[in-house]
Amino acid sequence: MYSFEPSEEQKMLIDAVSRYAVNDLRAAAHDAEEESKLPQSVVSKGWEMGVLQASIPEGYGGFGEHSVVTGVLAAEEMAYGDLAGTLAVMTPGLFVLPILLGGTEEQKQQYIPPVIEADWQPYTAALIEPSFDFDPNELKTTAKADGDDYVLTGEKTYVPFAKDAEAMIVYANLDGATQGFIVPKGADGLAVGEERIKLMSLNALPLYSLKLEGVRVPKANRLGGEAGHDMGPILAANRVALAALAVGVAKAAFEYSRDYAKEREAFGVKIAQKQAIAFMLAEMATEIEAIRLLNWEAAWKLDVGKEDAAKDAYLAATGAVDMVMMVTDRAVQILGGHGYIREHPVEMWMRNGRGFATFTGLAIV
Amino acid sequence: MIEFETPKPIAQQQYVLQTVAENMMRPVSRYFDEHEHEIPWDYINFMHQAMKASGAGSLAPKDEKKEQDPNKPKRPPIGYQLLAHMLEIISWGDVGMYLVTPGGGLGAAAVQAAGSPEQKKKFLARFAGEKPTFAAMCMTEANAGSDTSAIRTTAVLDEKTNEWVLNGEKIFVTAGDKALTEYEQSGKGFIVVWATIDPEAGRAGMRSFVVEAGTPGVKVTKLEHKLGIRCSDTASIVLQDARVPYDHILGSPTVEKTTKGFKGAMATFDATRPLVAATGIGVARAALEEVKKMLAEQGVEIRYGLPRQKLTNVEREVIDMEVMLRSAWLMVIKAVWMADNRKPNALESSMSKVKAGDVVTKITQKAVELMGPLGYTRDTLLEKWFRDAKITDIYEGTGQINRLVVARHILGYRGRDLR
Repeated sequence: MYSFEPSEEQKMLIDAVSRYAVNDLRAAAHDAEEESKLPQSVVSKGWEMGVLQASIPEGYGGFGEHSVVTGVLAAEEMAYGDLAGTLAVMTPGLFVLPILLGGTEEQKQQYIPPVIEADWQPYTAALIEPSFDFDPNELKTTAKADGDDYVLTGEKTYVPFAKDAEAMIVYANLDGATQGFIVPKGADGLAVGEERIKLMSLNALPLYSLKLEGVRVPKANRLGGEAGHDMGPILAANRVALAALAVGVAKAAFEYSRDYAKEREAFGVKIAQKQAIAFMLAEMATEIEAIRLLNWEAAWKLDVGKEDAAKDAYLAATGAVDMVMMVTDRAVQILGGHGYIREHPVEMWMRNGRGFATFTGLAIV
Repeated sequence: MIEFETPKPIAQQQYVLQTVAENMMRPVSRYFDEHEHEIPWDYINFMHQAMKASGAGSLAPKDEKKEQDPNKPKRPPIGYQLLAHMLEIISWGDVGMYLVTPGGGLGAAAVQAAGSPEQKKKFLARFAGEKPTFAAMCMTEANAGSDTSAIRTTAVLDEKTNEWVLNGEKIFVTAGDKALTEYEQSGKGFIVVWATIDPEAGRAGMRSFVVEAGTPGVKVTKLEHKLGIRCSDTASIVLQDARVPYDHILGSPTVEKTTKGFKGAMATFDATRPLVAATGIGVARAALEEVKKMLAEQGVEIRYGLPRQKLTNVEREVIDMEVMLRSAWLMVIKAVWMADNRKPNALESSMSKVKAGDVVTKITQKAVELMGPLGYTRDTLLEKWFRDAKITDIYEGTGQINRLVVARHILGYRGRDLR
């Protein structure tokens, strides 16, 4: 059967997340972006929404089961409040969910409960590398087996909360395949950049670069143990997460510019009454809905284990990149000169929008 | 619970219709494009018999009135969803031929939507008869396209004979010729004519009338030569003192101050727009599949999963086409799912049409471009699909009209706020 109706549980979660997104995240977003600092209280409150906890089974300290669809719905809703704040709240998931998806039973027992049962703590993952043709399936960071260890060498960038992280997953190229390795805080040879890296947006999210100079981790720290793990599902869960966040940002920009267009007068009418503006808004709404449904289907396929789920996740993420750029750009355009001024949030959403082509690895559901 | 599993009855129909599309449509697709106004009777007869045998009778969705076994869990209705899938597949076969599928098309849909139970019985039974039978909807006039309130065809009641007297000229009537001309192979059809019963009343005076084939004063005056969908006849019809019985009016014969009747007519578009979108999507899927097949034959593989920076241009184009096609299709599914579940879907319906109109045009254009000399030649069907697809963004409300509908919905505006 087809159905486009979230379950009652999902609706309750969406409602709670939506209130948090508007009352807390959106309220804090402007200053957080300007001052490059998001209050920890806002992050902690977002953590208490329990989105991640609800996707972890009881056996590992959570209170639900992993559902990509639910994760997507929550991510859409939270990013509607603010992208940087959402990424901050979701960061521990970058550590926990890959272990849930690809880890051994021992790894799950050992690593997941301490994160899930506590307050928000900085656990993270390092995937992105500083090269224009960064490809998660052909990483330049390498892992080499050496005795009882793996030795990790390379450079990473865009790693959230790396400086304080209790532990992180570092992805590296092991004999041509991307594999994750659990690296504890303060590992020898792991150098976190002194300064936060600065991007076009996401100022509120502390991001760092990493150098790995022969970082040794025991073989037991390879995600999935000796047999390793399949990177496909992890990447796919990354992609639908990003697409969902893009939908949230786009929806924020669309609604803001729509409401503005209904207030702003020119030539004796509201500008929304001009087809030039009204048609832009109609197309923005249409594109958001199109990508949203595409992403829902990909998420559903991941949940039920359809063969082409990973491909669909890739298509959804690809479509989302163009969609969010188009929508946020038009939102700025509809506000005209005011759209270019940082008092209105649309310019920030436009800066957010351009990042989605680059963010693979910053979120997972 | 969000779900995207194709319902079993639909999957079964898909399987059957795929065979029809491959064996009865594709082999003659080019022939009927090159021989405009010839009629594919083989296909028509086959579809008529097949639909009769399956009890479908008409492509218009059935009223779901079967007695439900109270002990069985109630299955959600899927009539429109089934229809959307069927139309998508036979349009994948050939959209021009789809448009000559017997069963009444938009004419029957109008009776279904606005007719009384007696009228439905009287006018719709013929589609399950011995011979394939057609009906058509006559709305457009030379000076009234998307602006249907500008319709000038009149219907005047002759109180002496209790007949409506219709005068006017209709254009762009899909299947108008097959509905009115009694071919040896076809049954007696009808057209549904939009006319005003009170020119002063504007939209409030607009009504539709069933005009039977063979009615004196009704004449097909022209068959258009078109860019695409050439297998489908597009007729001009003149009505000159055409008399129809009193009870052939669909809806109330009195003019009220409201435009309720007119809005009711517009509401049928909420059901038909995603279906028309589905036909366009069938064409675009045909084009995209052909491109991928031709590329594969040349050893070009689409490397899904690569970052954009590492893809070739051809790969990027194909991936974008897939994104467009699938997302547009899901919008169609959502719109018909809402219709099946009796959720108001005017917004989603028009949105699906906006999106489909855009993407099927782009996909089929790109398909021709990407295949270069192999795309532009009449040796393959790509150039035909490019011509066929364009109509999706024009009929059943142009892309612009549907943008207007979408815009009014998202802005909470009425017609007078945004025109």
